[in-house]
This record gives sequence, C-alpha cells and structure tokens, in this order.
Amino acid sequence: MAINEAITQMMKKDSSVFVLGQGVKSPWYVGNTCKDLIKKFGEKRVIDTPISENAITGVGVGAAICGARPIVIHPRMDFMLYAADPIINQAANWSYMFGGKSSCPVVIWGIINRGAEQGAQHSQALHGLFSHIPGLKVVMPSTPYDAKGLMISAIKDNNPVIFIDDRWLYNDKEIVPKEIYSLPIGKGIVRKEGKDMTVVAISYLVKEALIAISDLEKRNIFPEVIDLRTAKPLDKEIIIESVKKTGRLVICDVGWKTGGLSAEISRIIVENIPGFLKSPVKTVALADIPAPTSPTLEKSYYPAKSAIVDKVMEALK
Amino acid sequence: MKLIRALENRLGDLVLKGEIKTPCHLCTGQEAVAVGICSALKRDDLVFGNHRSHGHYIAKGGDTKELMAEILGKKSGCSRGRGGSMHIIAKEQGFMGTVPIVAGTVSLAAGAALILQIKKKKSVAVAFFGDGATGEGTLYESLNFAALKNLPLIFICENNFYSTHLPIRECRPDKPIFEIAKPFGIPSFQIDGNDILEVQETAEKAVEICNKGEGPVFIECLTYRQAGHVGPDDRIQTEHTDIRPKKEIKQWLKKDPILKFENLLVKKKALNKEEMEKIQRDVDREVEGAYRFAIDSSYPSKEEIANNLFQ
Repeated sequence: MAINEAITQMMKKDSSVFVLGQGVKSPWYVGNTCKDLIKKFGEKRVIDTPISENAITGVGVGAAICGARPIVIHPRMDFMLYAADPIINQAANWSYMFGGKSSCPVVIWGIINRGAEQGAQHSQALHGLFSHIPGLKVVMPSTPYDAKGLMISAIKDNNPVIFIDDRWLYNDKEIVPKEIYSLPIGKGIVRKEGKDMTVVAISYLVKEALIAISDLEKRNIFPEVIDLRTAKPLDKEIIIESVKKTGRLVICDVGWKTGGLSAEISRIIVENIPGFLKSPVKTVALADIPAPTSPTLEKSYYPAKSAIVDKVMEALK
Repeated sequence: MKLIRALENRLGDLVLKGEIKTPCHLCTGQEAVAVGICSALKRDDLVFGNHRSHGHYIAKGGDTKELMAEILGKKSGCSRGRGGSMHIIAKEQGFMGTVPIVAGTVSLAAGAALILQIKKKKSVAVAFFGDGATGEGTLYESLNFAALKNLPLIFICENNFYSTHLPIRECRPDKPIFEIAKPFGIPSFQIDGNDILEVQETAEKAVEICNKGEGPVFIECLTYRQAGHVGPDDRIQTEHTDIRPKKEIKQWLKKDPILKFENLLVKKKALNKEEMEKIQRDVDREVEGAYRFAIDSSYPSKEEIANNLFQ
C-alpha cells in the first residue's frame, strides 16, 4: 500500500503522471499496489494493457518524451526483456543522443517474483543487467517506507528510472508518513551500525541480513549493515567509509554472482581502498544457474539468513 | 522537396569525399512522402522518424544549418554532435527524434498519440518507417494498441521496396503492405508516394479521421530510393555494394517525384523556367550556407563527453 499511496498522491499532484501495464486491474499481478487507482483516476490514466511488452513500454517511453511522466508496470520482470529496445536503446540513450535537447522521465517498474516454484522465467532479478546500461538509474527498495519514497523520487526524476521490488516483501507492514516525501536516488543507508564487518545488502536480503545480524550479536560479533537502496548509481562513499572502519566485507546480492552487483562492489573496493581489507571479500548471491522449481532445489537456490551468517564467519577467519 | 534533394546530393558528395563518416541514409527520390505528409501537419503535431529522416526533419521545419552541423559532428548540430545523421531532432517544431532501430519509434509515436489523447489535444502523432519495419513485431503490437485505444496516430510506411539490401518480396509474402492494418480495423491506404499531391491529400484525410477520434490511420506510400541504403551508393567498404538492378533504378528515375511535380506545375502554367531556376539557386544557396555554418562551427571538446547523459 506504500507504493499505492505514492502513485495516488503523485497522480493527484501532477496530471502528467499516468500508469500503464499488464495487470493493473488484477491483485493477482500487482498485489494491492494499484488498488482503486482506476476508481480514482479513470481508465484513461490507469491503463491495463494487452500483453505487448515491447510496444507498451515504447508507448510509455514515447509519452515521456512528449512531456508525460508514465509508470510502466511489468508484474514479472522476466517479461521486461521483450522491452529491451525501448528501455535500453531508446529511454536510456535518449537524452545523450540528442545532446540533452530531449528527455525521457519514465518509470519502468519491474516486480521480482522469486520462489513459489515458479522456475526460471517467473523469478529473475535483472537489476545487474539494467545497471550495466549508461543512462538508466536502478532503485530497489527493501522496506515500505523506502518503496514509497523511492517511487516518488523515480516519478519526479527527469530521467528513466528502473524501479525493482520483490514480491517477497509485499507482506511487510510499516507505518509510512502520510505526506509526499522522496528519498535520494543513489544513496544508501546504514541500517545497523557495527564495527567487526560490513554487510552490504539490497532488496529482500537487507531483511535477511538484519535477522542474521541479531544471531551474530549473540556471539559477540557486531557487523554493520548497509542497505544500498539503489543499484545504480551506487553509493560508493557509504561502502568505502564502512569498509575503512571494519576492514571486512560481505556482499549480499539478490542476483547472480558473475558480472553483477557483487562484482561491481568488489571492484570499487579494490580500486579505491585495497589496503583496508583484512580478509577476502565474501559474497552471498545466486549461483550462476537458472531458478529450479522442485522445492528441495529451490530451497538451496535462494540464499537467506544462514548463508549470510556463514559468510560473515568465513570473513572473520 | 528541392531543398531536401539539394541537401541530400550535397551530403552524398561529402560522403564520397570522406568529409562525412557518420552513416548517412539518403532519402533522394522519397521527398514527396516527407513533404506531402508534413504539409498536412501543424507545428504541434508530433513526428518521429527513422534512420532515413533528413527529409522528415526538413519538411517538419528543422533547421538546415543545424542538421548539416550535426552530420559533420559539430557542437552547433541539432543534437550537439552526439547523434550524427541517425539521431536528429527539432523538438520546437514537433520533430521529436529519429533512431535507426527499425520500427523503434513506432511505439514511441503511439505514446505521443496517447498523451495527446489523455490531454485532449487536437493534434496527431506520426510515425515514419520503412517497408523493412514490417518484419518487426513491435509494429503489430503498436497497430493493435493504437486501434484498441483509437489513438490519433498516423502510421506512414514508406515502401521503397528494399529492406536495406534485400528486396522486400524476399522478406515477406508478396501481399500489399497496407493490408496489415486491416485486421485491426484501421483505415488504411496505399498511394503513389512519388505524387506529392496524392500524399498531401491522403495525409489531410488521415488528420481529419484522427481529429474525429477515429484514428489511427495507416498509409503505405509506394516510392523508391534513388541512392543506396547508406550514402550515395553503399560505398561503405570502399567499393560499390548496391546490388539493385541498374535497369530498375533507371525506370524509377523516370518517376522522380520532383520531376513529376515540376512537369505538372509547368503544364498548368503555375511555374516557369525562371522561377524554377530561382528555386534551385535558393536551395543551393541554403545548402551552401549550411555547409559553411557547419565548417565554421567547432567540434565538441572532449571535456564535454559525459554531458547530457542525465537531465
């Protein structure tokens, strides 16, 4: 409902904001994030669309180029790959390739549907892929407060923003401020101060990291937990400052290990403060395999609290 | 049309001389489509183009000097030297941008039409694309969505019978292209794209249909590019690679849209030889002026390389 509130308030405030995408009428697709939007704003501004990811995303991008602030929803971000052209070739490049004379303030919202035996094409976290592209910003909230604030920031931003959230967080509850507020894109936050170790996490793994930390504290280990909030641009300073203090780093990424967020964070550390590391960087991430469906396989596929505890212990050795 | 022709000819020469390196897809022979369509549009009608869009840009009111400067990579170019020939824009004239991804702007134009509809504006959006774009799925997705929402969108398919090097008959079943819009219930037309009056008349009709809320409209304009796919003769790998039959090119030269219109005007006594010569002098002067402007402009400095990635 935090996202719902963000969209409702921004649609009320700014008539150029509108929503389009598959499933806006259906809680099965988008939870309650789009609840009552049609009732409040009508079907002209809240458009449930045909299954045509490429053209529909292009419609959002085109409308943004012509002065609107559309939010394009992809209820399963796997299907966003059909829209690689409007997102990567068009939206991301638009400002640069016209020398800044045009802009594309579109929000492309992709939902990760991991788990529930949904397999390889209903569960992928593709933030690493989109983070590779110049011209895109990629945000990934881990709490209801952040979801509202980052959605508002994404809508207000004059550039294309990929907003990625995770179904696993849809049941989390939190009181969020009633008014419109925005969180800075590209800034992380220290969720828990500590001294022995830096644990950098994103999206649902922030939650898991915080649970892991309460276990570790019982063993007299006090890691610092950083929630990145944004996958691109990365808040380098917050990571560097923390690692300077702790000298150890565990990276928790919801995506695959190779060529992704964890590799990028490792690069930042190695390029900037290699001398500060007291032990090798450890990574909690998906193995480089697609998501399986069988419950036994799926359980070991997704890292959770225990994987984080293990990596922290390894890094302390 | 004469200005576009003079510009494209000059660009062709500059490509051969090596002064222009950026891929230049010339629209020589297709001018009547650009001018005929745009003559039916207002300034606030929103147009998206493709890789072969110098003509669309000029016809919609884009500045010749800024286009030339862009193609020569200068800071004074319409995209500040970041776009070259394939990414050109004249936003204040309603020319919203061009890209070489085939059919890439069709859905963008649908988005433009959607926002015009949401804001209840009496304007239309236009997507220019080629016959090769009929191979792209997004075109059909866009036709479906535009028809579903009755968008004020005009699809302009410039059928020059070639999908880059390959004859279109080798790319799709030998059926008229304009019929692809019919299953969606979209009013669609196939016209002589080398007859500027027919193009203009059809475009006016299309605008009227859109203004009544009965859009979109699909227009297939039969035409021919007199130059190669890229540059005057596809001389990209230093040798002539245009594989079209010489006889075919010759036959189409006889149907040149400018020649056709000039002959008509002379026959109707609306234009005499002196006036024709004056027009030629005027456009040549404008192109020369644009070239001078571009040559005298500076290149962007390397310090600017990261500018404009974000707004």
